[in-house]
Amino acid sequence: MNGGQDLGGTDGHGPVQPEPNEPVFHAEWEKRAFAITLAMGMPGGWNIDMSRFARENRPPGEYLAMSYYQIWFAALEHMTKERGLVADDEIAAGRSLRPPKPVKRVLSPADVAETLHRGGPTERETNTKAIFKPGDAVRAKNINPPTHTRLPRYVRGRIGTIERVIGCHVFPDSNAQGAGENPQWLYTVRFDSRELWGDDGDPSVAVSIDAWEPYLVPA
Amino acid sequence: MAHDHDHHHDHDHGSELSEMQLRTRALETILLEKGYIDPAAIDVLIETYEKKIGPRNGAQVVAKAWVDPIFRKWLFEDGTAAIATLDFGGRSGNHLVALENTPSVHNMVVCTLCSCYPWAVLGLPPLWYKSAPYRSRTVADPRSVLRDFGLELPKDTEIRVWDSTAELRYMVVPMRPPGTDGWSKEKLAELVTRDSMIGTGLAKQPRDLK
Amino acid sequence: MSGHDHDHHHHGHDHSELTETELRVRALETVLTEKGYVVPAALDVLIETYEKKVGPRNGARVVAKAWVDSTYRARLLKDATPAIGEIGYAGRQGEHIVALENTPKRHNMVVCTLCSCYPWPVLGLPPVWYKSAPYRSRAVADPRGVLADFGVRLPKDTDIRVWDSTAEIRYLVIPMRPAGTDGWSEEKLADLVTRDSMIGTGLAKRPEDLK
Repeated sequence: MNGGQDLGGTDGHGPVQPEPNEPVFHAEWEKRAFAITLAMGMPGGWNIDMSRFARENRPPGEYLAMSYYQIWFAALEHMTKERGLVADDEIAAGRSLRPPKPVKRVLSPADVAETLHRGGPTERETNTKAIFKPGDAVRAKNINPPTHTRLPRYVRGRIGTIERVIGCHVFPDSNAQGAGENPQWLYTVRFDSRELWGDDGDPSVAVSIDAWEPYLVPA
Repeated sequence: MAHDHDHHHDHDHGSELSEMQLRTRALETILLEKGYIDPAAIDVLIETYEKKIGPRNGAQVVAKAWVDPIFRKWLFEDGTAAIATLDFGGRSGNHLVALENTPSVHNMVVCTLCSCYPWAVLGLPPLWYKSAPYRSRTVADPRSVLRDFGLELPKDTEIRVWDSTAELRYMVVPMRPPGTDGWSKEKLAELVTRDSMIGTGLAKQPRDLK
Repeated sequence: MSGHDHDHHHHGHDHSELTETELRVRALETVLTEKGYVVPAALDVLIETYEKKVGPRNGARVVAKAWVDSTYRARLLKDATPAIGEIGYAGRQGEHIVALENTPKRHNMVVCTLCSCYPWPVLGLPPVWYKSAPYRSRAVADPRGVLADFGVRLPKDTDIRVWDSTAEIRYLVIPMRPAGTDGWSEEKLADLVTRDSMIGTGLAKRPEDLK
């Protein structure tokens, strides 16, 4: 979606402000929000692309005004409610008011290390061939889905060069909508700064994205 | 964008609205004390745009165009000059362009980048016109915006959206409703709504007048 | 996005906002626990892992090893995921890692304009600035300006390559080895490798920067 999260090249946000000796978490609630989000992946039955969409799917003004973990938490509330796992009255009451729904699995303390170690690799087997090869000129399509995509606006319509054929990976545009993994060939595509930003672009700068085949056409 | 509506905030206690009042009052006081602004002029400006200039002006333009084919032709050829003859006063200097709605083409006006609006004929724009939902969606999905206004146009009506990016100001001339033959301009003007001159509505039907 | 938890920057009514968030988080955790969807002890392990156990020291060891061992370096640049796995770092948000070599001619910077994608197994969780609008918006448009915010000036003839992490590939920058470090142990070399140097918003420390 063309939402507040698509920040590449936008103006007005001010300088980057690193915090010296920044703690991993700035408040106790952030730790809980973080851990609950990870732990609910299994019982919630959602995938990472759905999570990302749930985070970005809000008015841009809200997205930009919320802190990182506020966004995570808002998405967590939304996804758990959406799936009927919790209800507003329960959150307001701060306790469960009705029996739970059956869920596939619950993360136990003993399983944490193994679960983190295993992660969620996205590469998939395929018997299709990649259309593009390194060196090919490609144009990023002008797509504007209201749903989740990982093609940022700053490259749409722009011409770049295939730098690497990465492999066949889960396609977020489908996966986020529950339409299946629909794995597609994934490429690193390099764009010159001037192609992206015009004649005033810095000629010593190039920017790449990782783009799935459905985002690209031959240029 | 609706930050003026502080009653939506739960932790407001009127403190945010009061803060704006205090800041505005403070700046006004300083500017007055330094002699940069004249308090009487401020009052006239407010009176002008709160009471005197408003969509009634545009309604008069539309009503005249409905009854007077020579004026209508002139209006579409040179909106600025034609409208000037009606002498509304107020901020002028912008170029006014009148857009003709027909059964095959429906016009809508927006300013995606801020709030440009034909003040001379419509007064100051409403909050929704200046806000993110209208500004973002009108150029991408005008039919869904019309639906928000309760308006569904036939699929074969072309929708033309005008983004007011320069100093041209656009005013839509809605289609004259049937059953109004022989009506006076004053009575016709009552059918012309503000939204119909932005393009988010149609003129009223005779039966809509009490 | 830039640290709205730091309430001391906010005007007055912020304490109530933070408390409201705290309450909601607590409420949700209670509800989920009562329903048996989450186990609090598992949450504690997750927090402990990312607060104490996984962090940039991991990546520093990878870089230090690449500095001293040229065959490891070659493996790392060819296929970073298994090479990093050799040292014992692997897993969530690091399933597909690519190592990026900094040279005098090319400086690499990593960003995720769309959210906060970051190579957790080698760097831990990302800092707030990495996830915030200023970095996400400017890194792809004006990387030299961003480096200036970090006090880094590169030679004009060093090209800058910015990598926007739009998929599940996670990028780790291998900074250049500072001069005057011949014969140093891997442990000591790792002390020179800062987190920012592995994102690309900094350079490795020089020997004189260590006290």
